[in-house]
Amino acid sequence: MKNCRASLLSAAILVLACAPLARSQDIASFEKRITVKTLDNGLTVLVCERPEAPVFSFYTHVDVGSDHEYPGITGLAHMFEHMAFKGTDKIGTTDYPDEKVAIAKIEQAYQAYDRERRKQFDRDEKKVAELEQAWKDAMTAAQKYVVENQFGEIVEQHGGEGLNAFTDNEETGYHYSFPSNQLELWAYLESSRFLHPVLREFYKEREVVHEERRLGESNPFERLFEQFMAAAYVAHPYGQPVVGWPSDLESFSMTDAQTYFDKYYVPANMVVTLVGDVKASEAIPMVEKYFGQLPTKPKPEPLRTVEPPQNSERIVILHDPAQPVFIEGYHKPSALDKDDAVYDALQDLMSNGRTSRLYRALVRDKKIAAFAGGFSGVPGVKYPNMFVFFAISTPGHTPDEIRDAVHEEIARLQKEDITDEELAMIKTRAKADLIRRLGDNQGLAFELGGTQALYGDWRELFRQVDRIENVSKADIRRVANSTFVQTNRTVGLSESTHLAQASTEKENQ
Amino acid sequence: MIRLRQAAAAAIFVLSWMAVAPTSRAQVDDWKKIQTPPLHQFHPWLPKRIELPNGMVIFLIEDHELPLITGTAEIRGGSVDEPAEKIGLVNIYGQAWRTGGTKDKTGDQLDDFLEAHAAKVETEGGLDSTTISWDCLKDNLDDVFKIFVSVMREPEFRADKIALAKRQIDSAISRRNDNPFGIASREAALIVYGADSPYARISEYATVAAVTREDLIAWHDRYVHPNNIILGVVGDFDSTAMETRLRAAFESWPKGPALTKQQFPLHGPKPGIYFVQKEDVTASSVQMLDLGTTRDNPDYYAIEVFNEFFGGSFSSRLFSNVRSKKGLAYAVGGGIRTDYDHPGMLRISMNTKSKTTAAAIDALNEEIDALKTNPGTAQEIVKAKEAILNSFVFRFDSSEKVLRERMTYEFFGYPSDFLEKYRAGIDKVTIQDVARVAEKYVHKDRLAILVIGNAPDFDRPLSSFGPVTTLDVSIPPPPGAKP
Repeated sequence: MKNCRASLLSAAILVLACAPLARSQDIASFEKRITVKTLDNGLTVLVCERPEAPVFSFYTHVDVGSDHEYPGITGLAHMFEHMAFKGTDKIGTTDYPDEKVAIAKIEQAYQAYDRERRKQFDRDEKKVAELEQAWKDAMTAAQKYVVENQFGEIVEQHGGEGLNAFTDNEETGYHYSFPSNQLELWAYLESSRFLHPVLREFYKEREVVHEERRLGESNPFERLFEQFMAAAYVAHPYGQPVVGWPSDLESFSMTDAQTYFDKYYVPANMVVTLVGDVKASEAIPMVEKYFGQLPTKPKPEPLRTVEPPQNSERIVILHDPAQPVFIEGYHKPSALDKDDAVYDALQDLMSNGRTSRLYRALVRDKKIAAFAGGFSGVPGVKYPNMFVFFAISTPGHTPDEIRDAVHEEIARLQKEDITDEELAMIKTRAKADLIRRLGDNQGLAFELGGTQALYGDWRELFRQVDRIENVSKADIRRVANSTFVQTNRTVGLSESTHLAQASTEKENQ
Repeated sequence: MIRLRQAAAAAIFVLSWMAVAPTSRAQVDDWKKIQTPPLHQFHPWLPKRIELPNGMVIFLIEDHELPLITGTAEIRGGSVDEPAEKIGLVNIYGQAWRTGGTKDKTGDQLDDFLEAHAAKVETEGGLDSTTISWDCLKDNLDDVFKIFVSVMREPEFRADKIALAKRQIDSAISRRNDNPFGIASREAALIVYGADSPYARISEYATVAAVTREDLIAWHDRYVHPNNIILGVVGDFDSTAMETRLRAAFESWPKGPALTKQQFPLHGPKPGIYFVQKEDVTASSVQMLDLGTTRDNPDYYAIEVFNEFFGGSFSSRLFSNVRSKKGLAYAVGGGIRTDYDHPGMLRISMNTKSKTTAAAIDALNEEIDALKTNPGTAQEIVKAKEAILNSFVFRFDSSEKVLRERMTYEFFGYPSDFLEKYRAGIDKVTIQDVARVAEKYVHKDRLAILVIGNAPDFDRPLSSFGPVTTLDVSIPPPPGAKP
């Protein structure tokens, strides 16, 4: 349960649409079904009526991910996401007043233990052991009040489906679906996890989160990607892994998590989206009744750090027992930039399906890759991010061959206009892709809520179609020339430490 | 950004609770007090079933929400039916069927046309079946349907695309030991079903190389007949017009020879510890394995309830005890798996850091042992049943789900009201039923335990659990490759 969102996936989500839409899928038709309200405390609620079946999905967007983390607390946003499943003062406890005291004792004991164990010179090992034991004893003492996973149990028992959450580089999202007669229960549960969160079993859950990191470490692509991102960003937190560095996962505290929560989980930072068999006239007052209790707090200061312009090519080579992988990224502006649609068009042209340029060049013709694509919006879109090429080679072929072939395709973009057919295809597909994303409650909640949060207006989801419609061949060439330059490039490749397999290509049948 | 010092933050931490607490007075603060109104009346989509004289079965569902139409034909015969020396045939077939083009058009020409219209026609090979599908905007139906029929009836299997499919599969073979989860699911099936079982066997460079264009053509000629096809269409169309279109396209297609479904004997694993050494991981994958059963087994409903509270939900025993209480895993879960026409696997799996590998096995053993004295409390069973029944609506809350479900029942010869029976079946499950299936299917002494990890880092040697069989997962080199 609960994932750190894979970065290339969030890129794919961002391919946005174009060309005039059919009547039933345009802004006007959604205007009739969508109601947006900002509550007095600053929380935004969006309701989209879609009474196809007696169910609804929701998506709580919190405008903070790992972007506000710094060394020492990396992974904390994701850690809090896990804690939001641990219950409240009423859910998950046999006796909250006593449990509260027991939890405070855990934190006291942890702080003492952590101080001692992290001393550089005069660490007293015996004292460390004693303090560690005291901390563990405090956890054991608090455990007796815990009703395990009661929050999830209530959701499931009442028919909840797809209970989960995710954290990425710029947001935390909570979501599941319910039968539509559970609207009030939903409002109670979802608001209470932010009104009265209890950080019970924090240090055990920290172990769980560290296990989640290890799952990533088992994946050769993720091993390379983490190093690649760390090289690509020298200042902006996009370079930090969402799941956190191991030492931070072994150090950050319940206090750190509470601080992060208090600062960023404020109503002005939240967009709650409901889609399905719900009426705005019933849902909005329900959200007001429950979420309206969240205390008003100032919206946190926006992130200060901006990644400075890259002035040098950066190359990461991972020597790894796995088969080779190739990544190459170029910095580009955020989703709010006027050229964002041009990058989306580039992504479609380079990566979408068997007509894409990289598929045809690397997979079909040169036969050197099993997969090749280029994606906009890595690892996120809110801040200036990267356009990233990614490929895996076929047996017997090397990342060097892949790199040369990718550079050939980049040079083609820079020197020649794309064809009329290609441009038309990009625009047609953008329009159809948007339509295909409108037929599912949960998917629609992500689209509408995400757009509302990023742009302050869900209509941007549809307006992006117009922006892609306006992309010209000259735009593509201009952006390719300004973005894909050597000093703006970071390369990540792995070289297999196993003996290269002999080529198995046999063209004869 | 102001960073609070630890001590100050700790104080705020406690204060914030106190500050928040009083605001709860205005709230219905106990979820038990919340009234649940009855669920809205709902008449789910009903597929229209049409059986052509040549045996083709068609299901139609009109859904006018979006201007899209998709159709999927499922065709009997899949990789379980391919010869042992050509494992990978159906995979190659599933790719080259579409990419290899038709008599008139190359696959690339089809790509150009379809992508320009934001449409898809795709084919795929599976375990029991192959599929061919289309997905288009309704305005493009005429053109796209024409391509669909032409790929279905007149594929050309051009050689360059067969080679491409083989390269893709070879690439996957070369990478199959890179990720421990891939190793885990592959080896689990091999242990449970046996190395020769069609439910477990895997492609090698040699079996892929052995597949010829003639094999693909022969496969197509053998299986793609109307009497082996179930076609489902959903979307923005008029059923009468669609029926006319489909009859015109398929009614004159002569029936082919009947297929006899092969049965494959399955014996279950040889109990013991199986181990795959992998140096480049920080965590181990641990699995406990046995044979599960089929969905037409009367025990199915009790098994579903058992799975829900044992290892299949957010509040299950495995999740709560192994993950939340012990902090041993991120991913943990499992149960007695069922399949339509062959026994699924009983599979309990988790991932844990190398130095708690033995502790993880202990923890799973503890949960299995606990079933002896406590195979499900009354409360666990009530909650599990409620969870299944209350979320039942999500089995048919979209037209696509309804269609898929009906096609699956038709394919495996299950009754069309299987889903309604399911609900009644779950409702009737008693605590005794659950105890009986736990005892019948979960046997500690019959389990195979599979571990993938880096042994030098383990907390205890695996031999402390019994004799260990070390599995050789090295990839046999391609035929003719230098040793």
